[in-house]
Amino acid sequence: MNKIMYNGAQILLKSLLKEGVEEVFGYPGGVVLPLYDALYMQDDIKHYLVRHEQAAVHAAEGYARVSGKPGVAIVTSGPGACNTITGLANAYYDGTPLILITGQVNSKLIGGDAFQEADIVGITRSCCKHNYLVKDVRDLARIVKEAFYIATTGKKGPVVIDIPVDVFNSKHTFNYPKNVELVGYNPNYKGHPLQIQRALQTLFEAKRPVIISGGGVVASNASKELKELATKLHIPVVHTLMGAGTYPDNLETSLGMMGMHGNYCANLTVSNADVIFAIGTRFSDRITGCLKKFARDAQVIHIDIDPCSISKNVKATIPIVGDIKNVLNAMLLELFKSHHKVNTEFKDKWFKDIEEWKKKVAIPQVSSDKLSAITVLNTIYEFTKKDEPIVTTEVGQHQMWTAQNFKFNKPRKFITSGGLGTMGFGFPAALGACVAAKKDYILNIAGDGSIQMNIQELMTAVDYKFRIINCIINNGYLGMVRQWQEKIYNEHYSQTKISSPDFVKLAQSYGALGIRVQKESEIIPALKKAIEYQGPVIIDFICENFEMVYPWVLAGEPIDKVLLSRKEG
Amino acid sequence: MAINHTISVLVSNEVGVLSRIVDLFSGRGYNIESLTVAPTVDSIYSRVTIVTPADEDVIEQICKQLNRLIPVIKVANLSIGEAIEYEIGLIKVGVNDEQRPEFINIVAQAQAMIMDVSDKIYTVKIDGDEKKVQTFVELIKPYGIKEFVRSGKVAITKNNQFSTFKNKKEELIKTV
Repeated sequence: MNKIMYNGAQILLKSLLKEGVEEVFGYPGGVVLPLYDALYMQDDIKHYLVRHEQAAVHAAEGYARVSGKPGVAIVTSGPGACNTITGLANAYYDGTPLILITGQVNSKLIGGDAFQEADIVGITRSCCKHNYLVKDVRDLARIVKEAFYIATTGKKGPVVIDIPVDVFNSKHTFNYPKNVELVGYNPNYKGHPLQIQRALQTLFEAKRPVIISGGGVVASNASKELKELATKLHIPVVHTLMGAGTYPDNLETSLGMMGMHGNYCANLTVSNADVIFAIGTRFSDRITGCLKKFARDAQVIHIDIDPCSISKNVKATIPIVGDIKNVLNAMLLELFKSHHKVNTEFKDKWFKDIEEWKKKVAIPQVSSDKLSAITVLNTIYEFTKKDEPIVTTEVGQHQMWTAQNFKFNKPRKFITSGGLGTMGFGFPAALGACVAAKKDYILNIAGDGSIQMNIQELMTAVDYKFRIINCIINNGYLGMVRQWQEKIYNEHYSQTKISSPDFVKLAQSYGALGIRVQKESEIIPALKKAIEYQGPVIIDFICENFEMVYPWVLAGEPIDKVLLSRKEG
Repeated sequence: MAINHTISVLVSNEVGVLSRIVDLFSGRGYNIESLTVAPTVDSIYSRVTIVTPADEDVIEQICKQLNRLIPVIKVANLSIGEAIEYEIGLIKVGVNDEQRPEFINIVAQAQAMIMDVSDKIYTVKIDGDEKKVQTFVELIKPYGIKEFVRSGKVAITKNNQFSTFKNKKEELIKTV
């Protein structure tokens, strides 16, 4: 029996170590002082100091999405904890495993409106998978164990552990539990064998099948299985924003991204399919467009680990609750056993139709003396693709242009805020990505609006010499909102013209490298310089103000009603 | 079409579990018609009985979403099967001497019970299913209801499918 006594802070760190945590992101404060003291006294866990608590959570998310391991963030009570809400909601939406440790005022003062007190368990209840208030140091190790288990199983997500300062200071022995005992939590991993057979049969008989690959495929690490099954069954694959990279974009059968700003071809293929095989997608409104008109005549096979995602928006004909990797493997095994010859010929017409749709592409550019954002992004992509860099984005036009123009052949390369659509996500997420990816450089594609939402993290990046290349598509507007105003609100550009500091000087004042690019010929030299630089870089691309994101399906329209240029609609 | 469903939820008897359930309903725009909570025989669990108006698709989502909560152990939609439902109403009625014999007769007929009499105010208890309570309230409305307190619904299945819950805990302990 282990009789050595540790305080709560030490027990927490020892528990984190047991979970394999090597890096945490955080910001200190009054009630987490004991924890920061314990951090100071050890070398096993490296703490990255950010400049805002929101960034700590985004960084932990970037870390988790690149590494596949849960990210960990530490913040203080009250304002520190309140600042994490956006980050939590973002991770909850996109199913990223996170542990957020928040300090809390002394447990005897809780409820008494103490200094820097906030009911963080109450506040975070609807934006995290689960949360805990630790009232007794004896529960701490068990709770950490449970929190990691909950965060990393089922549909992954953030778990908050709120720890009062007196719990950090109380002493107890350290015994990390081996088992988790959660009667009410029992995610289904296997997938029902009968449903799996039915799904295969339906796919055999399908004349116009399509696979929609979503973020769940990343979470389940099932890209290999997806590729094998799609190839064996001879089915084209479209992906959602979150599913980028799950199916190699360089394959003939990859039709690219679907949805509001998806390819014409991808959207038409889904609209005309007789069987939709949806894997790890929750059918968000950005994917389905007008729900009533989505997949009206199609049978829908839907695999998801979260039963809530199935038949929430789109009614599934064959629901399969389970882990995608397991289910796809079971399907592959079944396919192998059945000796079913997949007849590719009777799908010929389907693939011919798809080839026709592929020919219709968007014409988003406008004639201008300034740089085209799309040209900039294409040049960045072509120049960097040999390195296969991890790309993070903020939210807006630049995000969609990146999703459309970058081709991802591997998962965990495109880190973006999907469900919540958080401006200011990309840069801090790139910090985490940097920590997870060790030596590689990270591209953060940003807008001039978004980058200003967490620009303070430039200092963090400088401190740790993170090789983050911030490519700011500077078009002087909150471009996506402006685009809607142009089309839907009679060009009333209400509060969307946005000014920016001199990003080059700003970078310099932080101790980073700043480069301004105004001509096409300057793009590649700037990139070369940025990639060589051993620290964070801002490249300020001065772009045309009125460029639009096309293809575009207006909100509420069916997804086959794709606008391809300004002239349409 | 939205009809009332009675959902029986078995939960771990821990701090905040009721808020999680109530937050889920308010956060996702579901309604709670009535709510009853009490510990089970084994006081480490509680039973929450919720009556909620919803159509078929929505009730399916409500049950799935409830199941998603970590402290929720089991969710059953009792409207689907046959269930015994029970609720209690306590009613204060003003009754004058003239009305008294008729009023007492109604109370007896309805199998309600007079709990307290003071200065022409009768406090009556009625229990049973929703319909019985509602009918009684309608009957005595003409006398003038001074105050009406009604419990939420409790319900239990008629067969032994749901009411037994033993050794589940041991079955579900997982090694990770």
